[in-house]
Amino acid sequence: MPEPYDDGAIAGTGAGGAMDLATSEATTLEQQPSAASGGRAPGGPLGTGPSEKPRSLWSDAWRDLRRNPVFIISGLVILFLVVISLWPSLIADGNPLQCDLAKAQEGSQPGHPFGYNGQGCDVYTRTVYGARTSVTVGVCTTVGVALFGSFVGGLAGFFGGGWDALLSRVTDIFFGIPVVLGGLVFLSVVTSATVWPVIGFMILLGWPQIARIARGSVITAKQNDYVQAARALGASNSRMLLRHIAPNAVAPVIVVATIALGTYIALEATLSYLGVGLKPPTVSWGIDISAASQYIRNAPHMLLWPAGALAITVLAFIMLGDAVRDALDPKLR
Amino acid sequence: MLLEVRDLHVEFKTRDGVAKAVNGVNYSVDAGETLAVLGESGSGKSVTAQAVMGILDMPPGRIAGGEILFQGKDLLGLKEDERRKIRGSEMAMIFQDALSSLNPVLSVGDQLSEMFTVHRGMSRKDGKAKAVELMDRVRIPAAKERVGQYPHQFSGGMRQRIMIAMAMALEPSLIIADEPTTALDVTVQAQVMDLLAELQRELNMGLILITHDLGVVADVADKIAVMYAGRIVEQAPVHEIYKKPAHPYTKGLLESIPRLDQKGQELYAIKGLPPNLMHIPPGCAFNPRCPMAQDVCRTDVPPLFDVAARRQSACFFWKETLDG
Amino acid sequence: MGRYVIRRLLQMIPVFFGATLLIFLMVNVMGDPIAGLCGDKACDPATAAQLKKEFGLDKPVWQQYLTYMGNVFTGDFGTAFNGQKVTELMSAAFPVTIRLTIVAILFEIVIGISLGVVTGLRRGRPVDTVVLMLTLIVIAIPVFVTGLLLQLLLGVEWGVIRPTVSPEAPFNELLIPGLVLASVSLAYVTRLTRTSIAENSRADYVRTAVAKGLPRRRVITKHLLRNSLIPVVTFIGTDVGALMGGAIVTERIFNIHGVGYQLYQGILRQSTQTVVGFVTVLVLVFLVANLIVDLLYAVLDPRIRYA
Repeated sequence: MPEPYDDGAIAGTGAGGAMDLATSEATTLEQQPSAASGGRAPGGPLGTGPSEKPRSLWSDAWRDLRRNPVFIISGLVILFLVVISLWPSLIADGNPLQCDLAKAQEGSQPGHPFGYNGQGCDVYTRTVYGARTSVTVGVCTTVGVALFGSFVGGLAGFFGGGWDALLSRVTDIFFGIPVVLGGLVFLSVVTSATVWPVIGFMILLGWPQIARIARGSVITAKQNDYVQAARALGASNSRMLLRHIAPNAVAPVIVVATIALGTYIALEATLSYLGVGLKPPTVSWGIDISAASQYIRNAPHMLLWPAGALAITVLAFIMLGDAVRDALDPKLR
Repeated sequence: MLLEVRDLHVEFKTRDGVAKAVNGVNYSVDAGETLAVLGESGSGKSVTAQAVMGILDMPPGRIAGGEILFQGKDLLGLKEDERRKIRGSEMAMIFQDALSSLNPVLSVGDQLSEMFTVHRGMSRKDGKAKAVELMDRVRIPAAKERVGQYPHQFSGGMRQRIMIAMAMALEPSLIIADEPTTALDVTVQAQVMDLLAELQRELNMGLILITHDLGVVADVADKIAVMYAGRIVEQAPVHEIYKKPAHPYTKGLLESIPRLDQKGQELYAIKGLPPNLMHIPPGCAFNPRCPMAQDVCRTDVPPLFDVAARRQSACFFWKETLDG
Repeated sequence: MGRYVIRRLLQMIPVFFGATLLIFLMVNVMGDPIAGLCGDKACDPATAAQLKKEFGLDKPVWQQYLTYMGNVFTGDFGTAFNGQKVTELMSAAFPVTIRLTIVAILFEIVIGISLGVVTGLRRGRPVDTVVLMLTLIVIAIPVFVTGLLLQLLLGVEWGVIRPTVSPEAPFNELLIPGLVLASVSLAYVTRLTRTSIAENSRADYVRTAVAKGLPRRRVITKHLLRNSLIPVVTFIGTDVGALMGGAIVTERIFNIHGVGYQLYQGILRQSTQTVVGFVTVLVLVFLVANLIVDLLYAVLDPRIRYA
């Protein structure tokens, strides 16, 4: 399929803290069952050769992604993060909770390349172990949000009518609460030192974003001619939803969820910085940055290492999602 | 001659290679004359027109060779600003889908009067008066009241009339109409086509009518150019081509029109698909689909043979086609 | 148009009550609403019971909520921990946060839209790639890190700005905090504008405008921008509410005594009335901003206005 050559620069918008944006943009990424013929050639279609095989949305996207350096780099970074969160001792043999106050705020030295923090803990070890917390929070929140959001949004979109009106209003209510504010109010009363309250809270306020996407793409998929045809042939509701609609509605959800994963990690750090997120002894970049911010004048290294790790992690997920979106969105080719 | 296109070549750079959209097109239009350019999508008919207008997306498009002579000047040698001044005032274009081709957030009055304020330096008030005048001229009822409305508030036929009014605004000497009636209901098609033909006669304009609809062509065109894979395969005065096509492709097109007197018979269809423009078959591009193809068709590119006066065919076997 | 406005207003009502009820429940059921009233010590049981009665806390939660909302609609937001009226705290805090938000919005409009237009028109060129990378980096670095770094560099190391903002918070001291607050949204506005310009520049009506022989400048300003900016304007509108709610982090870094500061104090001292009051107003701001955006949308896009 000849299409106008468009360079591979990252098109489209990323998403993150301001969840609206990811939502509003991903709605442009609706279903294109004939994605392979999606692009508009200048001055009308140029014709398809009989020799070309039709390509599916996913295989076409995969072909694009394999050649996209942004995808490869962010994918490798994420792979690395996952490995060290599973086995942090692979690259850090210290104990993140073993600290020596006598060494507090000391800078880089042999064996301790990132120096020590305010409590005299090894910054390198804590930065490595912090990955586990961030990845756990990010992945668990995303899975929860994606499952619950798709469920609610899918129901609203599929059944429409009264269900849709009701579920959409409920979605709006949760959307109406500013996330950081809600976090302060909700988490300030929680005393547990585990990651679960934070994850639970982020799912509570995060699912409407996915629900809106899922609703939109289910509605679009439902209107596709072949789905109408299946309905006319008497396919049951569950069969329609599972066989015809879900496979086509899932792409936008995956893209937004990937990008959102990065923003959940950033949100956890922000809440921890405000003192309502994770609590010691949990090792978290947010806690470490918060603690280091008081010594920023004397010992900036304590802040820069966890902050850098945090930024790279968030960036990797956002870029991965961005690359996948570009690959799946034929309009931007 | 008003417009002469000589040996025009246009290419598009795509992700998978270079697509040759136009490969040596020659055609010409005189004042008051209508040339119909016929072909399937991808035959290069729209791309040629866009190259003439100077509105090709470049890149990815590229004019790889040829000349476009308009009133004796080669347009390809002009600076962009000189070409811009010709667009709209000397030559204008009517697009297929008026709904998407009109700006959704500007009133039709604004879009019409813009022609006068930009090209003629008129005041906004005068431009608005001209807009109403134009809408009257293309017979839009209650023009004065509707001049402030937006494109989506008009019916499809009315929108296409507005497109026509916009093209006629500065009384250009050449109009290119790219499938002007394809998006319309059949009943409205005839009205719009009649309006276009009428205005053309009044203003003695040259008209290039791009279409894939043979029915539209017969009534209004003076001559026809049939395009296939970026080349003109047959060129002839309109009535001769209907009587006796001199190219197997034209013949196939004509035979695939449903006709009342052949009721009950199976409808003819040209077998196969148009070629991929990145891998145009060697020899005659039509040979894989041609019922008359011989060995020579697979190796040599047929030149345009003179069949009769003002009549050409790019087929080695034009004689046989004419007789068959 | 009139019906559209009314429908939107009606839709707002359940959302407002739902969201405030949610916050109310979080604070009153999960927290201890009287904990902050006895100073730093825990209340003794007798005082606690008396206080509960005084504040109507012995009644069912839904009654408490209705009473509270009734008071709110008569302008009574209750008292904060030190006996000050919550409305007094608000009248001191909101002007500061509103100033901060204005600065942030101006940054979004001026820098965000300009960068978006420039990159959208030059897709694939080096300037586009560089700006896109920068926006991703800005999005990826959490606001509190950006804020701390700018405070360290500009305020402490180079002494260009005051590291913390004075209590009066005049506009000139809010420039850098405003930029920090705007940073992530700024990056979004850039990318959204770019995408929108890029999509619209391929639209048929732009081709028509070119075919009409309009100068490039006019094609861009009159035809392309007008259409492309519709989603951007609506994003910025929705962002007003989000910025005011998100100002809490920026205000903490630069010690700005705005809404976020008061909320933070309210939470630290467990002052239920302060927290619920401020959040209620913020939810209202958020909803009104959304409503205005919807109306703005209708003004900008005649297809909605006359639908």
